[in-house]
This record gives sequence, structure tokens and C-alpha cells, in this order.
Amino acid sequence: MIIDLARFVAAERAYWDELHGALAKMEAAPERRLALGEIQRLHYLYERCSSDLSRLDTFATEPQLRAYLESLVSRAYAEIHETRAPARIRWKKAVLEFPRAFRRHPGAFRLAVGVTLLGMAFGWFALKVDERNKAVLLPFSHLLIPPSERVAQEEHAKEDRYQGVKATFAAELMTHNTQVTVMALAFGLTFGVGTLILLFYNGVILGAVVTDYIAGGQGVFLAGWLLPHGSIEIPAILLGGQAGFVLAGALIGWGDRTPRVERLRAVAGDLVAIVVGAAVMLVWAGIVEAFVSQYHQPVIPYGLKIAFGCCELAALTFFLGWVGRE
Amino acid sequence: MNAGSNSSLTIETPEGVEFSYELASPMLRALAWMVDVAAIAVLTKGADKACEWLHSLNPDWAAALLAILYFVISIGYGIVLEWRWHGQTLGKRVVGLRVVDAQGLRLQLSQVMLRNLLRLVDMLPAVYLVGGIACFCSRNCQRLGDLAAGTVVARVRTPRAPDLEQVAPAKYNSLLAYPHLAARLRSLASPDAVSMAVEAVSRRDGYDPLARIDVFRELAEYFQSLVAFPEGAREGLTDEQFVRSVLRVIYGGKRAG
Repeated sequence: MIIDLARFVAAERAYWDELHGALAKMEAAPERRLALGEIQRLHYLYERCSSDLSRLDTFATEPQLRAYLESLVSRAYAEIHETRAPARIRWKKAVLEFPRAFRRHPGAFRLAVGVTLLGMAFGWFALKVDERNKAVLLPFSHLLIPPSERVAQEEHAKEDRYQGVKATFAAELMTHNTQVTVMALAFGLTFGVGTLILLFYNGVILGAVVTDYIAGGQGVFLAGWLLPHGSIEIPAILLGGQAGFVLAGALIGWGDRTPRVERLRAVAGDLVAIVVGAAVMLVWAGIVEAFVSQYHQPVIPYGLKIAFGCCELAALTFFLGWVGRE
Repeated sequence: MNAGSNSSLTIETPEGVEFSYELASPMLRALAWMVDVAAIAVLTKGADKACEWLHSLNPDWAAALLAILYFVISIGYGIVLEWRWHGQTLGKRVVGLRVVDAQGLRLQLSQVMLRNLLRLVDMLPAVYLVGGIACFCSRNCQRLGDLAAGTVVARVRTPRAPDLEQVAPAKYNSLLAYPHLAARLRSLASPDAVSMAVEAVSRRDGYDPLARIDVFRELAEYFQSLVAFPEGAREGLTDEQFVRSVLRVIYGGKRAG
């Protein structure tokens, strides 16, 4: 069969133009629901253009026309075969998606907690073996002085050392911790090895600090200092680790015969929901750390700070564990 | 004359029809990234200026706002633009690239966010070394973020008809005296070869004379190998004139005579 290109174009152009117009409307307003008649017509036009492309592939070689039809067919294909919901941000759904995504991957979260606990145990062990390891394990100068000395300094401070820099400090904490959380997710691409190292290292620091302060008899100060922001910040970083392990799991695909592309596609939404949720938590944690955690007795009683931290932890547990259950 | 297997991504629909995306090379992507870096620099400079007025009121809040704006701009630039502009940032627009779903489906917000968040790993240790190596190694020129998000970066094709009067004027065309052979040529010539011939004709005056002869000889040999026109059809035609006559045939020429 030989195609008469000029006649072919003249006969089909109206259908191509119609499909182009329909697609332009759909792309401009992706959330619009089509009527049954419109869907049928779109499907007809898609099939007609596909058939035209197929005829052109076989019987003619005009590259511009082929490129035009390929672009039409690819756009129509994307609209017709897409089974995922149209992209529209619904805030209520977006908020509920976070705890739902968290609950869909309990194994990855348990692994993140386990690795962090292992890191904490290592931190404890390293300090028990030799106290001089503190200088290596703790990267912050204010943690290197003996706990009792620091508590005395904090409780008898005459002036507010964060005066005039509180907001800047909060912003730095927010951005830094969000970066760490995103890195915990991104390192999932190293088949989870990077995520594992990052969580373990975080655990080592935390374990060393906790050991140091408890051994120094400053457990109450430690709880009052860490709980207000740590009850949100530490789970947020664990959530980043959870996302990293979910990503690694999809890459590795143990015992899953689904193609890798499909496995990654299946978890993409959950990864984003978890990391965005964790980032929002870190904004709160940053504010609390700058404006509450750094103030100690007598400015803010330890009991109040500990109670505040416990309330936050309970609220977070309720949110992640129960909100949005169907 | 066929494009390399790594330069395009072909998708076959359930209806058995194939369409393809021309994949962007790492160099083109680097070019787009440079434009984006410049755009981000301009935006952060703008944020800097915007915070100056706040600085006189409250230096602490101004510094905090600036730190947050820097962070939001660096992460949000790609996400917002690729989402609002259907897979394009400013750099990609300038260079003519677009992020598309690797299976030909509609690009999702989660894909856009994931590929931009995972950029942090692709950028390690500096200047996209990890992402660049991944691009060179992966079949579809995907950096790690693209692999995880199921996206590819494709060249935007703007199909436009060539200026036929410029590349192949509507003069007497001896090939059209053989309509069955002309139709056969139209169906056998590969689109890549035809595009190459159009390019060659458009730029012919810029070629070195010897290179010009070589290019058109190769193209003429290719078209001749597809359909053997009788001697009479090619009589008195140089290789270059033959290629121009072929283009007129392919793009739908008038009958001979």
C-alpha cells in the first residue's frame, strides 16, 4: 500500500486538531472531570491518531509529520492510560497521607529505630570504655565540658546568650535538620547503606550525650533540655531514615517479582509524604529548641519542660498511629 | 543512519503504536543546570534585597527569614517550576528540555518532588559528579533522582515544516516521473536520514567544499540504496541536486513536467 501524503493529511488534519484542542484543555485543568461523551470522543481521537501514526510509520517517512503525531499520541496516551489521581493538592488529604504513609511501612521504621538504638549503645559503650572518646564523639563544644559544670553555668546565667539571635538559631536548626532528614531519604539510593550510617552516627552522638549526662547525675537537666524539641526532632530524623529504607527496599526488591520501575513508582508518593511531614515537624522542633529548650530552671522549671515534651510525644504518637485510619 | 539506542526512549502503547522521546545528553542537561544556577543566584540576591528592609526593623528576624528563603529557593526552585511548567525549569526551557514520565504517563507531583529531593545525592561530592556518572552509565541517561522517580529528561521537539523553497525549490523534479519509485522512497527512507538531509541542505553554504561533496555523496548513496531510480532520472544531477530532489519527493512534490 502506498500512501498519498497530501490527501492523507487533508483527510486527517481535522481529527488531529480536535485531539490537540481536547488535550490542551485537559492539561490546563487536570482536575476537571470529563463527561462520558467527552471521554468516548477522546478515546476515539486517540485511537484514530494512533492508527494514523502507525500508517505513517509503515508507508511514509515525513519526519515533521511523524514527530507531530508522536507528540499528539504521547500526550493522549499519558491522559488516557494514567490511573493515578489527577494532580491537585488537597490539604486535608495531604495531611492525612503522612500518617497513612508512615503506617504502610512499619518494618522500615522499626529498622530506623533499631539502627539508632544500636548507635546509642555504641556511644554508651565508647564512653564507658574511655571517657576521652567524648572529644571524638561529640562535635559540639558546649557538650565537651563536664555536665555538672554546664548545668551550673546554664542555671546561673545572668544574661540570655540567645538574645537577638533566637530566630536565626531556629532557622538554622530547621534548615540543617531538614537537610539531614532529606539526606537520610536520599541515601536510600545507596541501597540503604548511607541511611544506615547516618542513623547510626546520629545514634552514637545521642547515646554518648545521654551516657555522659546520666553518669554525671544530670538526668533531669538532660530530659528538660532534650525532650521539648527532641521528642519531635528525633522521630522526624527516624522518619527520614524510614523513607530511606523504603527507597532502598524498593531498589533491592527482596522476593518481589515486580519490575524495579514499578516498585519505585509504588512507593514514590509515600516517600514524599513522609519526608514532607518530617520537614514540617522539624520546623516546629526548630522553634521549640531555640525558644524553649535552651532556657532552664529557674527561667522554665524542668518539670514543665519535661511535661511539655511528653505531651508532644504523646500527640505525635497519636497522630502517626491513629489519625486517618480507615 | 539510525540513532544510537541510548539517545531515545521508545514507548509502545497497548494499541501497538510506538512513540519516542529524544533523550537529553548529559552536556545539554549541564547547560540547563548552569542557567538554573544563575536563576537561583538571581532569586537569592532578590531575597537578600527583600530582607534588607526587615533588617533595619529586626536584624534577628531578617537573618532568620533569609536563611529560610535560601533553603526554600534552593530546594523549591526545581519543584515549583517543574510542576507549574509541566517538567521544565527556566534552564530546561532555554535549552529545550523537559522532564517526562519514563513510561509516557502524566508527570506526578510526587515524581517531581522526589527527583528534586534526591538531587542532594546526585550533586555529591561536587558539581553533580554522582549524577553525571549515573547519567553516563544508565541506559536512558538518568541521574539517581530520575531512576528513583521514574522520570527521564527529554528534548522538546517543536515539529515545524522545513522551508522547502529554500532546501528544495519546486523546479522540475525528474524523480517524480516515477511515482511508484517516489512513493517507495517515501516509505523506506528513515526519518533520521531525512532530517539529516534537511540539515545538510540548509547548512550547505557553510561547509568546506570537500566536506560538502562528501556529505552529499553519502546521503545520495543512502537514498539510492533504498530505491534504484533509472539512469534517466539521475542524468545530469549532482549528488546534492539528487538529495534536494529526494527531499521534494518526501515532503510531497508536484508531478514532473
